[in-house]
Amino acid sequence: MILVWLIVILMAGGLLAWLSKKVSPELPRWVALGAVLLDLILIVYLWISTEATTGSAWLLRYDIPWIPQWGVSFSLALDGLSLLMLLLTFFLGLLSVLISWKEIKTKVGFFHFNLLWVLAGIAGVFLTMDLFLFYFFWEVMLIPMYFLIGVWGHENRTYAAFKFFLFTQASGLFMLLAILGLYFIHGSETGNYTFNYFQLLNTPLAPDAARLLMFGFLAAFLVKLPVVPFHSWLPDAHSQAPTAGSVILAGLLLKTGAYGLLRFVVPLFPTAAVEFAPWAMLLGGIGILYGAIVAYSQTDLKRLVAYTSVSHMGFVILGVFAFNEWALQGVVMQMIAHGLSTGALFILAGFLYERLHTRDLAQMGGFWSKAPKMGVVALVFVMATLGLPGLGNFIAEFLTLVGSWQAANWLTVFATIGIVLATAYSLRIMQKVFYEPGPQQESFHDLNFREMLIAVPMVLGLLWLGLYPQPIIDMARPSIKEQLQAYNMEGPTIAEPKTAVVQPQPGATIDAEQLAINQRAFSNLQIFQSPK
Amino acid sequence: MSQTDFLYLMPLLILTFAVLVSMLVIAAWRNHKIIYVITALSFIAAFGSLFELRTTTAYVIEPMFVIDGFGVFYIGMILLTSLLVSMLSYAYFEQREERKEEYYLLLVLATLGACVLVISTHFASLFLGLEILSISLYALIPYLRTRPRSDEAGIKYLILAAFSSAFMLFGMALVYFSTGTMMFSGLAQSIAGMQELPLLLLTGIGMILIGVGFKLGIVPFHMWTPDVYEGAPAPVTAFIATVSKGGVLGLLVRFFMEVDGFRYPVLITIFTVVAITSMFAGNLLALIQKNVKRILAYSSISHLGYILVAFMAGNQMGVEAITFYLVAYFITSVGAFGVVAMLSDKDSDAELLDDYKGLLWRRPWTAAVFSAMLLSLAGIPLTAGFVGKFYIIAAGINDQLWLLVVMLVLNSVIGLYYYIKIIAVMFQQPETEREPGTRLRPSIYVASAGTLAVLALLLVYVGVYPTGLVQLIQNVLVSVPEIVAK
Repeated sequence: MILVWLIVILMAGGLLAWLSKKVSPELPRWVALGAVLLDLILIVYLWISTEATTGSAWLLRYDIPWIPQWGVSFSLALDGLSLLMLLLTFFLGLLSVLISWKEIKTKVGFFHFNLLWVLAGIAGVFLTMDLFLFYFFWEVMLIPMYFLIGVWGHENRTYAAFKFFLFTQASGLFMLLAILGLYFIHGSETGNYTFNYFQLLNTPLAPDAARLLMFGFLAAFLVKLPVVPFHSWLPDAHSQAPTAGSVILAGLLLKTGAYGLLRFVVPLFPTAAVEFAPWAMLLGGIGILYGAIVAYSQTDLKRLVAYTSVSHMGFVILGVFAFNEWALQGVVMQMIAHGLSTGALFILAGFLYERLHTRDLAQMGGFWSKAPKMGVVALVFVMATLGLPGLGNFIAEFLTLVGSWQAANWLTVFATIGIVLATAYSLRIMQKVFYEPGPQQESFHDLNFREMLIAVPMVLGLLWLGLYPQPIIDMARPSIKEQLQAYNMEGPTIAEPKTAVVQPQPGATIDAEQLAINQRAFSNLQIFQSPK
Repeated sequence: MSQTDFLYLMPLLILTFAVLVSMLVIAAWRNHKIIYVITALSFIAAFGSLFELRTTTAYVIEPMFVIDGFGVFYIGMILLTSLLVSMLSYAYFEQREERKEEYYLLLVLATLGACVLVISTHFASLFLGLEILSISLYALIPYLRTRPRSDEAGIKYLILAAFSSAFMLFGMALVYFSTGTMMFSGLAQSIAGMQELPLLLLTGIGMILIGVGFKLGIVPFHMWTPDVYEGAPAPVTAFIATVSKGGVLGLLVRFFMEVDGFRYPVLITIFTVVAITSMFAGNLLALIQKNVKRILAYSSISHLGYILVAFMAGNQMGVEAITFYLVAYFITSVGAFGVVAMLSDKDSDAELLDDYKGLLWRRPWTAAVFSAMLLSLAGIPLTAGFVGKFYIIAAGINDQLWLLVVMLVLNSVIGLYYYIKIIAVMFQQPETEREPGTRLRPSIYVASAGTLAVLALLLVYVGVYPTGLVQLIQNVLVSVPEIVAK
């Protein structure tokens, strides 16, 4: 039930925020803040209370019939992967509310309504275990995002909003076809027409059918991720959206694509995915290099950051299609670390835009002396983006590369070159904005308290991910193993979780569990390495 | 006719009676409000009388009608839609100076025609219903005759509809010549053994389909749609888009199910081509329109194309999908045209995209309702249109109509573009603050606003919790052996 609340709080909060505008123009901000904070507290509580669980990967489950005639149920389930993604969602959601505090001055109520509904859609995507419901939430997050870009965006917002909407909606419809195809194939084979994820997992598929259905799913996820030939919506949408919109787009919406790959494509179509893997990894490699090179040549700060996302998401697809635990751990880390680091860079761009009213790098320069606090914060963000050891992205990229090396050596070499390029574009940001002498700006003030309140948690988060990533890895491990089960052995794959809440284990087991992790990680490496 | 026959025809009789009463009242005392109340009450009474009918088995009134679950459901749908249209009409016509009262007579008559259509099983009753519907529409479309484009719309519709009726009659004659019967079931019996349709019979059925296709406004008989939609008063446009098309579609489904037209590849080919071209023509032409009513007209062409996809499935799931989609489409269309009607002023309808600029900031609730309706037309979740489209795609995939389904998906994307365009216009900041139009008297305003609110709630309810409606449709279809057998 707590899972339903996570979504309901956001939706109700959104409506309340919209209505509360009548009472006071500032009230929507507080309502939104309260709603997201409540969700964050709930999910942290869930994390703490289930940390020591062993056994099944599934922590919580909620299931009621919704449209029983079609086998649709309102089915939510939480495992480590979902939990981590929700944590990221609510954390970034909270920051999005905070950064909009001064930036958004018009239609405050409607803005927060859209913001909270996007978050609700994203939370739904991360939670649902029913394909109909998944598609439902997948679409629910689009409309509010469209409004966020289209109403509060920058000068070219209408075009960007259109492009974003058409790309994602069109690709989503192909996923809908694939979902329905899977539904009818499963139904005709077993006589049980259902959209339930756990039951559809073991659908026997003819190779051709599996390939077609997988491409339906891939269409949606690769566009959302985005992978290079389908990425053209991203720079426009990211650069035109308001800061909060950019943070949510880069930090969360892209992750729904990665999550979809992990949760649906990998376990549902094991044979087809293995066939497609070399191509997918090639696309990933191209994306890493292409994104980095194009990013280097941008003059618009937000466009630059947008192209770094293309590059970083290349690592995600590279890792997902390596099909081993190292790479998938890397992918999960990348999703979180990239969410923080890119979100942070967009927030930085937002701070600069608020002061200068431009995103043009040529108009910036020499802020290190004027705004030292901002400089230090920015340095951390930029170092994270280029993958400096000690910050989250390093762990992510390292794990991904280790994993993908086992699957495709040469591509991994090229991907590693991508990290070098990342250094180039990241340092260019630092250089252009903070060191180079630039046009004289009169009133350029340093970060104030609210802005520090936003920036410091991000810095801490990145440091934590870089220095002590073990909790994340532990959390994601059981779910990653389940996603990969189809690739390691024959027979039953993901076990359906029980509806009941799994009770937390006594504290005594925690230490033993923690100690065993590293050894186990290494022993697993050998298992996955073994050639077929 | 026996006494029970009267009972089963009660909804139609109530409507007929209402027409007579209001005619007499108009003769005695012209009053908009009274006529409106009579109309609304008659719709409600006719709808209420539906609950008296036992629809677990089909009741046949030889040789004209059959009253079964399918028919009752469609009559109910038509009556409720007409009621909503009349509620929108009241505010719309109240602010216009022309004679308003006869409008309601024609509306009730047209509704009666549509109701006759969905329960007819005989060419005579079919033609009777179709003509009652058409002739009322001839008068309804140019009802505001001082408007610039209303005569054009009326005459276009008159000529084309008369032509299509002639085609249909000729088709019926040919069918009668070949089979010697005018009943659907008789026709079905006489062609039951045939693998191929003889040319003469095929021509006859083809000509009947031309008449039906004209009423549905599908390619290549769609030319009248945009002009008529544009020229007719907004409530009448809503009526044409919903009741008129829904009634004819109900007839088409019944006819095809009875005759089992899906056995003949030639008919399947024709419908496939018609469906695909309708979807594309409607959506592509809508892209270049600047007039909201024309956009909605072209979008209705493509929506009929979507419905034909489910129709081609030709099984129970297909009929369920059509029915569900129709309900969603009725809600959406009446809602969309209701907003147009509500925003219209005395001289012209609010039909240019410019009229909608910045609507979200001027009249947020109206704009929100209109956005919801447009998103439903585009098939976005949380709205009834999404579930409807989902149902159609599911029916198509279930029958493995991959070509049609892929075309439908492509068209949904094209369609999205112009629906979103209207929404984008609504949240643009207007350059000049325009003075708010004079509001109507509060009571009238409340009637329109209330209707729209009800429609919006229905839209979301069906979109979020479609189980009830799906269950209802499945239940009423049980009493139709032709459909369940498939």
